[in-house]
Parts: sequence; C-alpha cells; structure tokens
Amino acid sequence: MAEATVLDVTDLRMRYGSSDVLNGVTFQASRGEVLALLGPNGAGKTTTIEILEGFRMRSAGSVRVLGVDPAHGDEAWRARLGVVLQSWRDHGKWRVRELLAHLGSYYAAYSTPTRPRPWNTDELIAAVGLTPHADKRVGQLSGGQRRRLDVAIGIVGRPELLFLDEPTAGFDPQARREFHDLVHHLSDVDDTTILLTTHDLDEAEKLADRILILVDGNIIADGSAESLSRRIATEAEVRWSIDGERFVHATRDATAFVRQLFAEHGDSVTDLEVRRASLEDTYMALVRDVESGRTSPALKEFAR
Amino acid sequence: MTTTAVATTQPAGARSANVLARTFRAGLSRGWIELGHTFRNSQDLMGYFFPTILLLTVMFFMRNATVPGTDFSLGARTLPSVVGMGIAFSGLINLAQQLLMEREDGTLLRAKATPNGMLGYLVGKIVLVSAMAIINLVLQLVPGLFLFDGFRLATPGAWLTLAWVVVLGLVATLPLGAIVGSLFENPRNFGLVMLPFMGLIATSGIFYPITNFPVWLQWIGQAFPVYWLGLGMRSALLPADLAAVEIGGSWRHWETLGVLSVWAVAGLVVAPFVLRRMARRESGSRVEARRQRVLQQAH
Repeated sequence: MAEATVLDVTDLRMRYGSSDVLNGVTFQASRGEVLALLGPNGAGKTTTIEILEGFRMRSAGSVRVLGVDPAHGDEAWRARLGVVLQSWRDHGKWRVRELLAHLGSYYAAYSTPTRPRPWNTDELIAAVGLTPHADKRVGQLSGGQRRRLDVAIGIVGRPELLFLDEPTAGFDPQARREFHDLVHHLSDVDDTTILLTTHDLDEAEKLADRILILVDGNIIADGSAESLSRRIATEAEVRWSIDGERFVHATRDATAFVRQLFAEHGDSVTDLEVRRASLEDTYMALVRDVESGRTSPALKEFAR
Repeated sequence: MTTTAVATTQPAGARSANVLARTFRAGLSRGWIELGHTFRNSQDLMGYFFPTILLLTVMFFMRNATVPGTDFSLGARTLPSVVGMGIAFSGLINLAQQLLMEREDGTLLRAKATPNGMLGYLVGKIVLVSAMAIINLVLQLVPGLFLFDGFRLATPGAWLTLAWVVVLGLVATLPLGAIVGSLFENPRNFGLVMLPFMGLIATSGIFYPITNFPVWLQWIGQAFPVYWLGLGMRSALLPADLAAVEIGGSWRHWETLGVLSVWAVAGLVVAPFVLRRMARRESGSRVEARRQRVLQQAH
C-alpha cells in the first residue's frame, strides 16, 4: 500500500530579504485526510502552499510531499498532484470539454491499475456540474462556473494530493454544497489528501478533518474543529424558553447549567439549544491573542 | 506496491520515450486546436487579413515607382520582402506576445502544474505560430501574384528556395521570440521590443533597397535575420537579373544560410536556459500580482 504520510513538513522556514515569512512550520497529513489551512492575509498560507506545490524554493527545513522533496519533484511526481489556484484566467478561447480532454491527455502516461488516469472527460464535467456548459467557451463562463472548471482541471489527473486555494470563492449556496459533496467523494472514495485554504470558517468546519491556523509564519493551532473549540473556547451559549419567553446564558459548564435548569423548571423548559463556541469564535480568539502578542504557554503547547 | 506512477513493466528508457512521444502528440494537438480558435474570433481574423490589406495598399501606391536602376516595379519587389519580414514578425513578435500574454493570464502556470505541460505548451506554440506564419504568407502572396507581373513561380527552384528560407527563418526567429517573451514581465512594455523591430525593418531593405544607405547602416541591417529573410524571399520570387541591384550584386544564398543558421543555433542554445528560468519563477502569487497590476492600471 502507499505511504501513509502524504505531507511531512518539519521546521519549514522562508525568508525574503530580511523578513521572515515562515518561522518553522511543522505539520503532517495522512492519506485521505482533509486539512484546512486558515489564517489572516499575509500569514504565509500562499507561501506554504507554493513551496509544497514545488513552485517556490524554501529557505530551510525539511519537506516531503508524497515522499518527494518538492524542490526536486519530477513529472511523474507532478502527475500525482492537483493544483487549484485563485486567479486563473487562462484558455479563454477553449471550450470546456476540449480543454479538459486536452489537459487530461498529459496524465495518461501516468495511469496505474489502482488509479486510472485521466478522469473520463464527460464524467468529470458531470461531477463538477458543468454538463450544460460543456461546449461553451471558457471565456463565456460565469465566475462560479469558471471556478468549477478550475476544480475540474485540478482533479482531471485523479491526484493523490490536491491543493485548493479558496476553492468556493464566487459559489452560490447550491454550488457550494455540491462542491462539498465532491470534496467528500474525493477524500472518501478516491482517498485523495486535500489541503485547502479558505476564509469561510463554516466551510473549513464542514470539510476539514483537521484545521491548521497559521499566523505570522507560525502554526498556532492544529487539530479538529471540535477539539479546537473545546480546548480554546471557554464559554458555551445556552438558549431556552419558559412560557414563551426566550433566555440566553453563557457558561463554562453547559452540562451542569442545563441540569440545574431542569431541576428548577422541569417540563416548562422548551426550545433548549446548547451552542459550543463556533470555529469562528475560536479562530478570532486565537488570532487576536497572537496578534496582540499574548500567546499563552498553554496555547503554544497546544499548537504542538 | 508503491504509488509511484511507474506501474508498467517497461524499462525506464522505453517508458520515457513513450512519455516524450505522448507529450509531443499532446503539443501537436494543442497547436492544432489553438489554430482552429484563430479562425473563430474577429481579432485573430483581423490579424490574418489586416497585413494583406496593408501590403496591397502599399503596393498599389508603389505601382508606378521602379526599383532604382531598373524598370522593375518597386511594388512587385516589396511583396517578397514583406513576406520575408512577416516570417520574422511571426517568429519573434507573435511568439513573444503570446508568451507574455499567457504568462499574465496563468496559461503557463497551468502548463507548469501539468506533468510535461511546459514541453507540450512549447510544442503547441511552435506549431501554432508556424502555422499562422504560413497562413499569413499564403494570404499575402496569392493576391499579390495575381495583381503583379514578373514573379517566377513556375520553376521548382523557386519553391525550393521559398521552402528553405521559410523553415530556416522560423527556426532562426522562434527561439528569439521565446527569449524576448520570457524576459519581459509586463505586456505593456512591449513597445521596447516593437520600436527597435520597426527600426530594424527600416534598415533591412524591406520597403526600399538599402544599397544607397551608409555602409555602417547596411551592416546593422545585415546583422539581423529580417534582411536575410527579405533577400531570401526576393531570390525565390523575383527574376534572376534583379540580383544585380542587391548588395554584392548577388542573391547570396550561402550568406543567407550562414547568417540565419548562426541566429538559429544561438537562439536554440540560449532559449532553453531563459525559458527554464522563466518557468521556474512562475507561481500563483506572481500571476496574482500581475492580475492586481492589470486591475490597478485599468482604474
């Protein structure tokens, strides 16, 4: 079977002139795992991904992508990656089917019995919901359709590792839902490892098995959305109604509070909701802490 | 087993030859598809017909002028010269512009993200630009042949000369186009290439013989491929006795072969380095930075 560790990054550093962009980034990803890389603009997300894609040389540290140093990745290695970047405007004169069939043809030489390459063009077009637009010119697609095409091109070679840079920017809610289903399909059925960046924390929570938060070139948190909010957020929100009147209470121990609530009011408690702090709350708290220079020792420990 | 892509039992050498053959096929089909696109949009169609219309207009106004020292029509002399210049224009300017534009819109980065994509892209571009050059040549030559007398196209020698000058001209100028297209970052700086190119045309005897120019200017013209492409085309299409008004009173085929070959070899040696350097530097953030610059300039 294939190696279990698809991404192995240790003490990755990047320096432009005298400014450090990455200060020792360390993380791993296993086969089939979906990782979301979050962080404010300028935190080093793009630099990290470009180093992993083999598009940028690092200053120091050890990086293994599918067992290969991306600085020396060959074309056979390249065939196992999929890349979806933010700003594609290319191939405007090509038709959707024509372009996918053409780009897919480069992968045929790297087909394996377990992973036939490339993806069948019409099936791929259907998978990203572009069937009605298959004969359109790329330049005539709407922003959301264009983005779906970008995703289709990213996966045309059935990658083992897929990089998605803000994949759902410009998607309507339905397209977003379909895209999420596609990501789940890729990770569950095809065992594709996915590293995605997004500013949509709700999306990160839905898609990612693990979340990495990158601030100022440091990974300040690494864990599932649930574990992050459990470890970081202190208060959960409890909402309920008594005789049609709504109540809200923030508490550190929601279980004890609810037990107390029922003990006092019994059956008259209705519409009970307990909401743990969302990933967004957690994220904001973490980033605020770091940016104000108050990273607690506990947090640092948690980060690693 | 491992996930290494090498899953067949072929020896490595056969496999890489197989990959190379596939990549060339992909590149050929890429060029062919893109050539098809040029017939389906008004901008590219204009690009085909505009030079022909311009050329015929120029020839029309030159119709009563003669090549100095002869009674041969200056307009008829201009036709093969311009066709020769067109080869240099396609190889150098057209390729460079395509590279510049497609670096800006992310096509090259896409090729870089695809296995063997850069090689496929380059093969496709060479096919596309060469095919466009030949289409341009036909579009300029055919109406001119009907409108003017004195061309000698009946002999096989003329066709042979035409063929080798076109092929060698493309091989000499395409690498230069690749180099120029790789060195420039901003398509709006392309005037820095166009202006010298226009100056070069003026000293290359395309629209008027340079035999009366100062000798140093003649040497500048003869150092570059444009002059020799014009001369080679004239030698293919004009009556033999018109060689008398050229420099040295001859068509100078050996010199044409020599100068164009030197440019071809030099270009083919340098271009891979420049192309590789350019390709290495392409990344998502560079494409994004160029996009931002375009947006800013638009405002």
